[in-house]
Amino acid sequence: MRKPDTLSDRIDRPWRKPPLIKSLWLRWALAIGAAAYLAAAVFSIEVNWLRVYEGLDRGAEFITSFARLDFVSRAGDIWSGMLESIIMTVTASVVGIAISIPIGLGAASNIAPLPIYLICRGVIAVSRALQEIIVAILLVAIFGFGPLAGFLTLSFATIGFLSKLLAEDIESMDKAQAEAIRATGSKWLQWINYGVQPQVIPRLVGLGMYRIDINFRESAVLGLVGAGGIGATLNTAFDRYEFDTAAAILVVIIGIVMALEYLSGVIRARVQ
Amino acid sequence: MPVFPLGDDRLGWTRRTPVARLVRWAGWLIGVAAFVWCWNRISEVTTWFFVWDAPRIAQDILARATPPRWSYMDHLWVPIWDTLNIATLGTLIALCLAVPVAFLAARNTTPSRVFVRPVALLIIVSTRSINSLIWALLLIAIIGPGVFAGIIAIAIRSIGFCAKLLYEAIEEIDPAQVEAITATGASPLQVMSYGIVPQILPAFAGIAVFRWDINIRESTVLGLVGAGGIGLQLSSSLNTLAWPQVSLILIVILLAVIISEWVSAKIRGAIV
Repeated sequence: MRKPDTLSDRIDRPWRKPPLIKSLWLRWALAIGAAAYLAAAVFSIEVNWLRVYEGLDRGAEFITSFARLDFVSRAGDIWSGMLESIIMTVTASVVGIAISIPIGLGAASNIAPLPIYLICRGVIAVSRALQEIIVAILLVAIFGFGPLAGFLTLSFATIGFLSKLLAEDIESMDKAQAEAIRATGSKWLQWINYGVQPQVIPRLVGLGMYRIDINFRESAVLGLVGAGGIGATLNTAFDRYEFDTAAAILVVIIGIVMALEYLSGVIRARVQ
Repeated sequence: MPVFPLGDDRLGWTRRTPVARLVRWAGWLIGVAAFVWCWNRISEVTTWFFVWDAPRIAQDILARATPPRWSYMDHLWVPIWDTLNIATLGTLIALCLAVPVAFLAARNTTPSRVFVRPVALLIIVSTRSINSLIWALLLIAIIGPGVFAGIIAIAIRSIGFCAKLLYEAIEEIDPAQVEAITATGASPLQVMSYGIVPQILPAFAGIAVFRWDINIRESTVLGLVGAGGIGLQLSSSLNTLAWPQVSLILIVILLAVIISEWVSAKIRGAIV
Protein backbone atom coordinates (compact mmCIF):
# COMPACT_ATOMS: atom_id res chain seq x y z
CA MET A 1 0.00 0.00 0.00
CA ARG A 2 1.16 3.51 -0.76
CA LYS A 3 1.71 5.82 2.17
CA PRO A 4 -0.43 8.96 2.31
CA ASP A 5 1.43 11.81 0.68
CA THR A 6 1.74 14.62 3.20
CA LEU A 7 3.96 17.66 2.91
CA SER A 8 6.38 16.42 5.60
CA ASP A 9 6.78 13.20 3.64
CA ARG A 10 7.65 15.04 0.49
CA ILE A 11 10.16 17.45 2.01
CA ASP A 12 13.76 16.31 1.63
CA ARG A 13 12.80 13.71 -0.98
CA PRO A 14 13.71 14.27 -4.61
CA TRP A 15 10.82 14.77 -7.01
CA ARG A 16 9.91 11.91 -9.23
CA LYS A 17 7.78 11.93 -12.30
CA PRO A 18 4.33 10.62 -11.48
CA PRO A 19 3.62 7.38 -13.35
CA LEU A 20 1.27 7.48 -16.33
CA ILE A 21 -0.93 4.71 -14.98
CA LYS A 22 -1.61 4.93 -11.26
CA SER A 23 -2.19 1.29 -10.41
CA LEU A 24 1.06 -0.69 -10.24
CA TRP A 25 -0.77 -3.91 -11.02
CA LEU A 26 -2.45 -2.53 -14.13
CA ARG A 27 0.81 -1.01 -15.31
CA TRP A 28 2.64 -4.33 -15.19
CA ALA A 29 -0.28 -6.25 -16.63
CA LEU A 30 -0.42 -3.89 -19.61
CA ALA A 31 3.33 -4.01 -20.13
CA ILE A 32 3.49 -7.81 -20.00
CA GLY A 33 0.41 -8.13 -22.19
CA ALA A 34 1.86 -5.79 -24.78
CA ALA A 35 5.22 -7.58 -24.73
CA ALA A 36 3.57 -10.97 -25.09
CA TYR A 37 1.43 -9.77 -28.01
CA LEU A 38 4.42 -8.21 -29.74
CA ALA A 39 6.49 -11.36 -29.34
CA ALA A 40 3.64 -13.51 -30.69
CA ALA A 41 3.05 -11.12 -33.58
CA VAL A 42 6.68 -10.82 -34.59
CA PHE A 43 7.29 -14.57 -34.41
CA SER A 44 4.22 -15.37 -36.47
CA ILE A 45 5.50 -13.33 -39.41
CA GLU A 46 7.49 -15.26 -41.92
CA VAL A 47 9.99 -13.02 -43.58
CA ASN A 48 12.04 -14.42 -46.38
CA TRP A 49 15.11 -12.32 -45.66
CA LEU A 50 16.94 -13.66 -48.68
CA ARG A 51 14.11 -12.39 -50.90
CA VAL A 52 14.14 -9.05 -49.09
CA TYR A 53 17.89 -8.80 -49.56
CA GLU A 54 17.58 -9.59 -53.24
CA GLY A 55 14.84 -6.99 -53.51
CA LEU A 56 16.97 -4.21 -52.07
CA ASP A 57 18.59 -3.64 -55.45
CA ARG A 58 15.18 -3.18 -56.99
CA GLY A 59 14.24 -0.82 -54.15
CA ALA A 60 17.33 1.26 -54.83
CA GLU A 61 16.46 1.23 -58.51
CA PHE A 62 12.97 2.50 -57.68
CA ILE A 63 14.30 5.31 -55.52
CA THR A 64 16.84 6.38 -58.11
CA SER A 65 14.12 6.25 -60.78
CA PHE A 66 12.66 9.39 -59.21
CA ALA A 67 15.72 11.11 -60.64
CA ARG A 68 14.87 9.95 -64.18
CA LEU A 69 11.11 10.21 -64.38
CA ASP A 70 9.68 8.83 -67.58
CA PHE A 71 6.61 10.75 -68.61
CA VAL A 72 7.15 10.10 -72.28
CA SER A 73 7.12 6.41 -73.15
CA ARG A 74 3.66 5.84 -71.69
CA ALA A 75 2.41 9.39 -71.99
CA GLY A 76 -0.88 8.31 -73.58
CA ASP A 77 -1.72 5.85 -70.79
CA ILE A 78 -0.74 8.28 -68.05
CA TRP A 79 -2.77 11.09 -69.60
CA SER A 80 -5.93 9.05 -70.16
CA GLY A 81 -5.68 7.41 -66.73
CA MET A 82 -5.17 10.74 -64.98
CA LEU A 83 -8.03 12.31 -66.90
CA GLU A 84 -10.30 9.45 -65.91
CA SER A 85 -9.26 9.79 -62.27
CA ILE A 86 -9.99 13.50 -62.33
CA ILE A 87 -13.34 12.98 -64.08
CA MET A 88 -14.34 10.40 -61.47
CA THR A 89 -13.25 12.75 -58.69
CA VAL A 90 -15.24 15.70 -60.05
CA THR A 91 -18.47 13.84 -60.75
CA ALA A 92 -18.35 11.76 -57.56
CA SER A 93 -17.63 14.81 -55.43
CA VAL A 94 -20.48 16.83 -56.95
CA VAL A 95 -23.01 14.01 -56.72
CA GLY A 96 -21.77 12.81 -53.34
CA ILE A 97 -21.91 16.27 -51.78
CA ALA A 98 -25.33 16.97 -53.32
CA ILE A 99 -26.72 13.76 -51.83
CA SER A 100 -24.99 14.11 -48.50
CA ILE A 101 -26.54 17.51 -47.73
CA PRO A 102 -30.12 16.22 -47.36
CA ILE A 103 -28.86 13.11 -45.58
CA GLY A 104 -26.77 15.28 -43.26
CA LEU A 105 -29.85 17.39 -42.50
CA GLY A 106 -31.81 14.24 -41.81
CA ALA A 107 -29.10 12.84 -39.55
CA ALA A 108 -28.99 15.90 -37.29
CA SER A 109 -31.03 15.06 -34.21
CA ASN A 110 -32.04 18.66 -33.53
CA ILE A 111 -33.85 19.26 -36.81
CA ALA A 112 -34.98 15.85 -38.06
CA PRO A 113 -37.85 13.77 -36.71
CA LEU A 114 -36.83 10.45 -35.18
CA PRO A 115 -37.76 8.04 -38.02
CA ILE A 116 -35.87 10.10 -40.61
CA TYR A 117 -32.97 10.48 -38.20
CA LEU A 118 -32.69 6.73 -37.78
CA ILE A 119 -32.85 6.05 -41.53
CA CYS A 120 -30.20 8.65 -42.32
CA ARG A 121 -27.92 7.45 -39.53
CA GLY A 122 -28.33 3.93 -40.89
CA VAL A 123 -27.26 5.03 -44.37
CA ILE A 124 -24.22 6.78 -42.88
CA ALA A 125 -23.26 3.75 -40.79
CA VAL A 126 -23.43 1.40 -43.79
CA SER A 127 -21.45 3.77 -45.99
CA ARG A 128 -18.74 4.25 -43.38
CA ALA A 129 -18.38 0.58 -42.49
CA LEU A 130 -17.76 -0.54 -46.06
CA GLN A 131 -14.30 0.02 -47.47
CA GLU A 132 -14.08 1.87 -50.77
CA ILE A 133 -12.17 -0.98 -52.41
CA ILE A 134 -14.70 -3.58 -51.32
CA VAL A 135 -17.59 -1.46 -52.55
CA ALA A 136 -15.71 -1.02 -55.81
CA ILE A 137 -15.26 -4.79 -56.21
CA LEU A 138 -18.96 -5.38 -55.72
CA LEU A 139 -19.97 -2.53 -58.03
CA VAL A 140 -17.57 -3.70 -60.73
CA ALA A 141 -19.14 -7.13 -60.49
CA ILE A 142 -22.59 -5.58 -60.85
CA PHE A 143 -22.06 -2.69 -63.29
CA GLY A 144 -19.09 -3.95 -65.26
CA PHE A 145 -15.59 -2.49 -65.60
CA GLY A 146 -15.05 1.20 -66.05
CA PRO A 147 -15.30 4.59 -64.40
CA LEU A 148 -19.03 4.29 -63.67
CA ALA A 149 -18.29 1.79 -60.89
CA GLY A 150 -15.57 4.08 -59.55
CA PHE A 151 -17.88 7.08 -59.69
CA LEU A 152 -20.59 5.23 -57.76
CA THR A 153 -18.07 3.97 -55.18
CA LEU A 154 -16.67 7.40 -54.49
CA SER A 155 -20.12 9.01 -54.33
CA PHE A 156 -21.22 6.38 -51.86
CA ALA A 157 -18.12 6.86 -49.70
CA THR A 158 -18.54 10.65 -49.83
CA ILE A 159 -22.05 10.36 -48.44
CA GLY A 160 -20.89 8.52 -45.31
CA PHE A 161 -18.03 10.90 -44.65
CA LEU A 162 -19.68 14.22 -45.36
CA SER A 163 -23.15 13.55 -43.97
CA LYS A 164 -21.76 12.44 -40.64
CA LEU A 165 -19.55 15.50 -40.19
CA LEU A 166 -22.26 17.84 -41.50
CA ALA A 167 -24.82 16.35 -39.11
CA GLU A 168 -22.41 16.79 -36.19
CA ASP A 169 -21.85 20.40 -37.19
CA ILE A 170 -25.59 21.07 -37.42
CA GLU A 171 -26.12 19.45 -34.04
CA SER A 172 -23.60 21.76 -32.42
CA MET A 173 -24.89 24.95 -34.08
CA ASP A 174 -26.18 28.00 -32.24
CA LYS A 175 -29.86 27.47 -31.49
CA ALA A 176 -30.63 31.17 -31.00
CA GLN A 177 -30.15 32.10 -34.66
CA ALA A 178 -32.31 29.27 -35.90
CA GLU A 179 -35.00 30.15 -33.37
CA ALA A 180 -34.92 33.81 -34.38
CA ILE A 181 -35.69 32.81 -37.97
CA ARG A 182 -38.42 30.49 -36.73
CA ALA A 183 -39.95 33.34 -34.74
CA THR A 184 -40.42 35.41 -37.89
CA GLY A 185 -42.87 32.79 -39.07
CA SER A 186 -40.61 31.26 -41.71
CA LYS A 187 -41.40 28.09 -43.58
CA TRP A 188 -39.24 25.01 -43.06
CA LEU A 189 -37.13 25.66 -46.15
CA GLN A 190 -36.63 29.31 -45.19
CA TRP A 191 -35.69 28.22 -41.70
CA ILE A 192 -33.00 25.89 -43.06
CA ASN A 193 -31.85 28.46 -45.61
CA TYR A 194 -31.52 31.45 -43.26
CA GLY A 195 -31.20 29.89 -39.79
CA VAL A 196 -29.08 26.79 -40.33
CA GLN A 197 -27.24 27.11 -43.62
CA PRO A 198 -25.20 30.27 -42.85
CA GLN A 199 -23.88 28.62 -39.71
CA VAL A 200 -22.66 25.44 -41.35
CA ILE A 201 -21.59 26.62 -44.81
CA PRO A 202 -17.94 27.47 -43.91
CA ARG A 203 -17.39 24.03 -42.48
CA LEU A 204 -19.26 22.40 -45.32
CA VAL A 205 -17.00 24.10 -47.86
CA GLY A 206 -13.90 23.05 -45.91
CA LEU A 207 -15.07 19.46 -45.60
CA GLY A 208 -16.11 19.37 -49.24
CA MET A 209 -12.63 20.44 -50.33
CA TYR A 210 -11.08 17.85 -48.04
CA ARG A 211 -13.34 15.19 -49.49
CA ILE A 212 -12.39 16.13 -53.05
CA ASP A 213 -8.79 15.61 -51.99
CA ILE A 214 -9.62 12.17 -50.52
CA ASN A 215 -11.69 11.23 -53.57
CA PHE A 216 -8.79 11.95 -55.87
CA ARG A 217 -6.41 9.88 -53.77
CA GLU A 218 -8.90 7.02 -53.65
CA SER A 219 -9.59 7.23 -57.37
CA ALA A 220 -5.92 6.41 -57.89
CA VAL A 221 -6.38 2.93 -56.39
CA LEU A 222 -9.82 2.02 -57.69
CA GLY A 223 -8.20 1.07 -60.99
CA LEU A 224 -6.59 -1.91 -59.24
CA VAL A 225 -9.97 -3.62 -59.10
CA GLY A 226 -11.10 -2.42 -62.52
CA ALA A 227 -13.11 0.61 -61.50
CA GLY A 228 -11.32 3.07 -63.75
CA GLY A 229 -8.66 5.68 -63.16
CA ILE A 230 -4.89 5.81 -63.04
CA GLY A 231 -4.58 2.74 -60.77
CA ALA A 232 -4.64 0.26 -63.64
CA THR A 233 -1.78 2.05 -65.42
CA LEU A 234 0.19 2.18 -62.19
CA ASN A 235 -0.40 -1.51 -61.54
CA THR A 236 0.82 -2.40 -65.03
CA ALA A 237 3.91 -0.25 -64.57
CA PHE A 238 4.79 -2.01 -61.32
CA ASP A 239 4.11 -5.45 -62.77
CA ARG A 240 6.46 -4.74 -65.66
CA TYR A 241 9.07 -3.25 -63.31
CA GLU A 242 8.87 0.00 -65.25
CA PHE A 243 9.80 1.98 -62.19
CA ASP A 244 10.51 5.22 -64.02
CA THR A 245 6.96 5.29 -65.39
CA ALA A 246 5.56 4.32 -61.99
CA ALA A 247 7.61 7.05 -60.32
CA ALA A 248 6.33 9.57 -62.87
CA ILE A 249 2.72 8.60 -62.08
CA LEU A 250 3.38 8.87 -58.34
CA VAL A 251 4.92 12.30 -58.80
CA VAL A 252 1.85 13.45 -60.74
CA ILE A 253 -0.45 12.11 -57.98
CA ILE A 254 1.58 13.82 -55.25
CA GLY A 255 1.64 17.04 -57.25
CA ILE A 256 -2.12 17.08 -57.73
CA VAL A 257 -2.74 16.26 -54.06
CA MET A 258 -0.42 19.07 -53.02
CA ALA A 259 -2.16 21.49 -55.39
CA LEU A 260 -5.55 20.45 -54.02
CA GLU A 261 -4.35 20.89 -50.46
CA TYR A 262 -3.03 24.35 -51.26
CA LEU A 263 -6.28 25.25 -53.03
CA SER A 264 -8.39 24.00 -50.14
CA GLY A 265 -6.25 26.02 -47.72
CA VAL A 266 -6.87 29.19 -49.78
CA ILE A 267 -10.60 28.53 -50.11
CA ARG A 268 -11.03 27.71 -46.43
CA ALA A 269 -9.19 30.86 -45.41
CA ARG A 270 -11.52 32.92 -47.63
CA VAL A 271 -14.73 31.29 -46.44
CA GLN A 272 -14.03 31.44 -42.71
CA MET B 1 -21.54 49.45 -54.77
CA PRO B 2 -24.51 47.21 -54.08
CA VAL B 3 -26.66 50.34 -53.68
CA PHE B 4 -28.39 51.81 -56.72
CA PRO B 5 -30.93 54.66 -57.26
CA LEU B 6 -34.51 53.59 -57.78
CA GLY B 7 -35.51 56.67 -59.79
CA ASP B 8 -37.21 58.64 -57.04
CA ASP B 9 -35.13 59.78 -54.05
CA ARG B 10 -34.86 56.31 -52.58
CA LEU B 11 -31.95 53.88 -52.94
CA GLY B 12 -32.28 50.20 -53.68
CA TRP B 13 -30.04 47.54 -52.15
CA THR B 14 -28.82 44.22 -53.45
CA ARG B 15 -26.52 41.78 -51.77
CA ARG B 16 -23.87 41.84 -54.47
CA THR B 17 -22.64 44.24 -57.09
CA PRO B 18 -23.62 43.45 -60.70
CA VAL B 19 -20.02 42.46 -61.46
CA ALA B 20 -19.88 40.10 -58.47
CA ARG B 21 -23.18 38.59 -59.59
CA LEU B 22 -21.85 38.08 -63.08
CA VAL B 23 -18.66 36.47 -61.79
CA ARG B 24 -20.63 34.11 -59.57
CA TRP B 25 -23.00 33.25 -62.39
CA ALA B 26 -20.07 32.55 -64.71
CA GLY B 27 -18.47 30.42 -62.01
CA TRP B 28 -21.60 28.32 -61.67
CA LEU B 29 -21.89 28.04 -65.44
CA ILE B 30 -18.32 26.78 -65.74
CA GLY B 31 -18.86 24.38 -62.86
CA VAL B 32 -22.02 22.92 -64.35
CA ALA B 33 -20.44 22.70 -67.78
CA ALA B 34 -17.43 20.88 -66.34
CA PHE B 35 -19.68 18.45 -64.51
CA VAL B 36 -21.76 17.73 -67.61
CA TRP B 37 -18.63 17.23 -69.71
CA CYS B 38 -17.19 14.83 -67.10
CA TRP B 39 -20.44 12.95 -66.91
CA ASN B 40 -20.54 12.58 -70.69
CA ARG B 41 -17.03 11.17 -70.67
CA ILE B 42 -18.06 8.54 -68.11
CA SER B 43 -21.23 7.82 -70.03
CA GLU B 44 -19.30 7.30 -73.29
CA VAL B 45 -17.12 4.53 -71.88
CA THR B 46 -19.93 2.83 -69.98
CA THR B 47 -21.70 -0.14 -71.45
CA TRP B 48 -25.21 0.93 -70.57
CA PHE B 49 -26.61 -2.50 -71.27
CA PHE B 50 -24.76 -3.81 -68.20
CA VAL B 51 -26.14 -0.96 -66.12
CA TRP B 52 -29.75 -1.63 -67.12
CA ASP B 53 -29.06 -5.28 -66.45
CA ALA B 54 -27.53 -4.48 -63.04
CA PRO B 55 -30.56 -5.21 -60.81
CA ARG B 56 -30.80 -8.72 -62.19
CA ILE B 57 -27.04 -9.28 -61.74
CA ALA B 58 -27.18 -7.93 -58.22
CA GLN B 59 -30.00 -10.28 -57.37
CA ASP B 60 -28.15 -13.15 -58.95
CA ILE B 61 -24.99 -12.43 -56.94
CA LEU B 62 -27.00 -12.05 -53.75
CA ALA B 63 -28.70 -15.37 -54.38
CA ARG B 64 -25.34 -17.06 -54.94
CA ALA B 65 -23.75 -15.41 -51.89
CA THR B 66 -26.38 -16.49 -49.39
CA PRO B 67 -26.12 -18.28 -47.11
CA PRO B 68 -22.47 -17.64 -46.24
CA ARG B 69 -20.32 -20.77 -46.04
CA TRP B 70 -19.76 -20.74 -42.28
CA SER B 71 -17.45 -23.79 -42.41
CA TYR B 72 -14.91 -21.68 -44.29
CA MET B 73 -14.31 -19.81 -41.01
CA ASP B 74 -11.64 -22.41 -40.09
CA HIS B 75 -9.46 -21.05 -42.88
CA LEU B 76 -9.90 -17.47 -41.74
CA TRP B 77 -8.47 -17.41 -38.21
CA VAL B 78 -4.84 -17.18 -39.36
CA PRO B 79 -5.56 -14.42 -41.93
CA ILE B 80 -7.45 -12.48 -39.25
CA TRP B 81 -4.44 -12.76 -36.93
CA ASP B 82 -2.19 -11.59 -39.79
CA THR B 83 -4.48 -8.66 -40.52
CA LEU B 84 -4.38 -7.59 -36.89
CA ASN B 85 -0.59 -7.86 -36.88
CA ILE B 86 -0.23 -5.86 -40.08
CA ALA B 87 -2.31 -3.04 -38.62
CA THR B 88 -0.72 -3.05 -35.17
CA LEU B 89 2.94 -3.49 -36.13
CA GLY B 90 2.51 -1.10 -39.04
CA THR B 91 1.08 1.53 -36.71
CA LEU B 92 3.91 1.02 -34.20
CA ILE B 93 6.62 1.39 -36.84
CA ALA B 94 4.84 4.42 -38.29
CA LEU B 95 4.66 6.10 -34.88
CA CYS B 96 8.38 5.54 -34.27
CA LEU B 97 9.15 7.22 -37.59
CA ALA B 98 6.45 9.89 -37.36
CA VAL B 99 7.64 11.37 -34.07
CA PRO B 100 11.00 12.66 -35.33
CA VAL B 101 9.43 13.82 -38.60
CA ALA B 102 6.77 15.73 -36.64
CA PHE B 103 9.36 17.44 -34.46
CA LEU B 104 11.32 18.41 -37.55
CA ALA B 105 8.19 19.74 -39.25
CA ALA B 106 6.73 21.77 -36.38
CA ARG B 107 7.61 25.46 -36.65
CA ASN B 108 8.53 25.78 -32.99
CA THR B 109 10.79 22.73 -32.70
CA THR B 110 12.39 22.38 -36.12
CA PRO B 111 16.14 22.92 -36.16
CA SER B 112 15.96 24.86 -39.41
CA ARG B 113 12.92 26.37 -41.04
CA VAL B 114 14.59 26.81 -44.37
CA PHE B 115 16.34 23.49 -44.86
CA VAL B 116 14.86 20.84 -42.58
CA ARG B 117 11.20 21.82 -42.42
CA PRO B 118 10.47 21.58 -46.19
CA VAL B 119 12.07 18.12 -46.28
CA ALA B 120 9.92 16.96 -43.36
CA LEU B 121 6.82 18.43 -45.01
CA LEU B 122 7.69 16.71 -48.28
CA ILE B 123 7.96 13.37 -46.46
CA ILE B 124 4.58 14.01 -44.87
CA VAL B 125 2.77 14.97 -48.06
CA SER B 126 4.30 12.28 -50.24
CA THR B 127 3.62 9.40 -47.82
CA ARG B 128 0.14 10.72 -47.12
CA SER B 129 -1.00 11.25 -50.69
CA ILE B 130 -0.25 7.70 -51.83
CA ASN B 131 -2.70 5.04 -50.77
CA SER B 132 -1.45 2.04 -48.80
CA LEU B 133 -2.51 -0.27 -51.62
CA ILE B 134 -0.10 1.50 -53.96
CA TRP B 135 2.65 1.30 -51.37
CA ALA B 136 1.84 -2.41 -51.08
CA LEU B 137 2.08 -2.85 -54.85
CA LEU B 138 5.46 -1.18 -54.84
CA LEU B 139 6.76 -3.15 -51.88
CA ILE B 140 5.59 -6.43 -53.35
CA ALA B 141 7.59 -5.64 -56.45
CA ILE B 142 10.59 -4.91 -54.25
CA ILE B 143 10.55 -7.33 -51.31
CA GLY B 144 8.11 -9.96 -52.48
CA PRO B 145 4.54 -10.74 -51.46
CA GLY B 146 3.58 -11.49 -47.88
CA VAL B 147 2.69 -10.04 -44.51
CA PHE B 148 5.99 -8.18 -44.22
CA ALA B 149 5.25 -6.08 -47.32
CA GLY B 150 1.84 -5.28 -45.83
CA ILE B 151 3.34 -4.11 -42.56
CA ILE B 152 5.82 -1.83 -44.30
CA ALA B 153 3.13 -0.48 -46.64
CA ILE B 154 0.85 0.39 -43.72
CA ALA B 155 3.80 1.89 -41.85
CA ILE B 156 4.86 4.15 -44.72
CA ARG B 157 1.31 5.28 -45.44
CA SER B 158 0.72 6.12 -41.76
CA ILE B 159 3.88 8.21 -41.28
CA GLY B 160 2.47 11.21 -43.10
CA PHE B 161 -0.91 11.02 -41.40
CA CYS B 162 0.48 10.68 -37.86
CA ALA B 163 3.26 13.21 -38.39
CA LYS B 164 0.84 15.81 -39.81
CA LEU B 165 -1.57 15.59 -36.88
CA LEU B 166 1.30 15.42 -34.40
CA TYR B 167 3.15 18.44 -35.74
CA GLU B 168 -0.06 20.45 -35.65
CA ALA B 169 -0.41 19.44 -32.00
CA ILE B 170 3.21 20.45 -31.33
CA GLU B 171 2.63 23.85 -32.92
CA GLU B 172 -0.34 24.44 -30.63
CA ILE B 173 1.48 23.80 -27.34
CA ASP B 174 1.61 26.41 -24.61
CA PRO B 175 5.01 28.16 -24.88
CA ALA B 176 4.86 29.28 -21.25
CA GLN B 177 5.50 25.75 -19.99
CA VAL B 178 8.44 25.31 -22.33
CA GLU B 179 9.85 28.62 -21.18
CA ALA B 180 9.40 27.68 -17.53
CA ILE B 181 11.36 24.47 -18.01
CA THR B 182 14.03 26.32 -20.01
CA ALA B 183 14.31 28.89 -17.20
CA THR B 184 15.32 26.16 -14.75
CA GLY B 185 18.45 25.61 -16.86
CA ALA B 186 17.26 22.40 -18.47
CA SER B 187 19.10 20.92 -21.42
CA PRO B 188 17.23 20.77 -24.77
CA LEU B 189 16.48 17.10 -24.17
CA GLN B 190 15.04 17.86 -20.75
CA VAL B 191 12.96 20.70 -22.19
CA MET B 192 11.63 18.21 -24.70
CA SER B 193 10.72 15.55 -22.16
CA TYR B 194 9.33 17.84 -19.42
CA GLY B 195 8.09 20.85 -21.36
CA ILE B 196 6.81 19.53 -24.72
CA VAL B 197 6.12 15.81 -24.40
CA PRO B 198 3.60 16.02 -21.51
CA GLN B 199 1.62 18.57 -23.50
CA ILE B 200 1.31 16.46 -26.65
CA LEU B 201 1.01 13.04 -25.02
CA PRO B 202 -2.82 12.97 -25.02
CA ALA B 203 -2.89 14.05 -28.68
CA PHE B 204 -0.27 11.44 -29.50
CA ALA B 205 -2.24 8.64 -27.87
CA GLY B 206 -5.39 9.77 -29.64
CA ILE B 207 -3.65 9.87 -33.02
CA ALA B 208 -2.12 6.43 -32.46
CA VAL B 209 -5.44 4.79 -31.68
CA PHE B 210 -7.23 6.65 -34.48
CA ARG B 211 -4.66 5.54 -37.03
CA TRP B 212 -4.73 1.98 -35.71
CA ASP B 213 -8.46 1.92 -36.36
CA ILE B 214 -7.97 3.17 -39.94
CA ASN B 215 -5.14 0.69 -40.45
CA ILE B 216 -7.35 -2.23 -39.48
CA ARG B 217 -9.68 -1.18 -42.30
CA GLU B 218 -6.88 -0.76 -44.78
CA SER B 219 -5.10 -3.98 -43.88
CA THR B 220 -8.25 -5.98 -44.62
CA VAL B 221 -7.91 -5.14 -48.31
CA LEU B 222 -4.11 -5.21 -48.68
CA GLY B 223 -4.32 -8.89 -49.55
CA LEU B 224 -6.02 -8.01 -52.83
CA VAL B 225 -2.61 -7.10 -54.21
CA GLY B 226 -0.89 -9.94 -52.34
CA ALA B 227 0.30 -8.26 -49.16
CA GLY B 228 -1.11 -10.78 -46.70
CA GLY B 229 -4.08 -10.75 -44.38
CA ILE B 230 -7.71 -11.59 -44.97
CA GLY B 231 -7.71 -9.79 -48.33
CA LEU B 232 -5.76 -12.72 -49.82
CA GLN B 233 -8.64 -15.04 -49.01
CA LEU B 234 -11.05 -12.47 -50.38
CA SER B 235 -9.22 -12.17 -53.65
CA SER B 236 -8.87 -15.94 -54.13
CA SER B 237 -12.55 -16.43 -53.33
CA LEU B 238 -13.47 -13.70 -55.81
CA ASN B 239 -11.26 -15.20 -58.47
CA THR B 240 -12.88 -18.62 -58.07
CA LEU B 241 -16.35 -16.99 -57.94
CA ALA B 242 -16.93 -18.63 -54.53
CA TRP B 243 -19.62 -16.13 -53.53
CA PRO B 244 -20.64 -17.86 -50.27
CA GLN B 245 -17.03 -17.48 -49.09
CA VAL B 246 -16.94 -13.86 -50.25
CA SER B 247 -20.02 -13.03 -48.22
CA LEU B 248 -18.54 -14.71 -45.13
CA ILE B 249 -15.28 -12.76 -45.53
CA LEU B 250 -17.20 -9.52 -45.99
CA ILE B 251 -19.11 -10.21 -42.78
CA VAL B 252 -15.83 -10.85 -40.95
CA ILE B 253 -14.32 -7.63 -42.32
CA LEU B 254 -17.41 -5.66 -41.35
CA LEU B 255 -17.24 -7.08 -37.81
CA ALA B 256 -13.52 -6.31 -37.57
CA VAL B 257 -14.13 -2.73 -38.67
CA ILE B 258 -16.98 -2.25 -36.20
CA ILE B 259 -15.00 -3.77 -33.32
CA SER B 260 -11.88 -1.72 -34.04
CA GLU B 261 -13.94 1.45 -34.29
CA TRP B 262 -15.62 0.64 -30.98
CA VAL B 263 -12.26 -0.09 -29.29
CA SER B 264 -10.70 3.10 -30.62
CA ALA B 265 -13.70 5.21 -29.59
CA LYS B 266 -13.52 3.72 -26.07
CA ILE B 267 -9.79 4.33 -25.72
CA ARG B 268 -10.04 7.86 -27.10
CA GLY B 269 -12.94 8.54 -24.74
CA ALA B 270 -10.82 7.34 -21.81
CA ILE B 271 -7.84 9.52 -22.83
CA VAL B 272 -9.61 12.80 -23.46
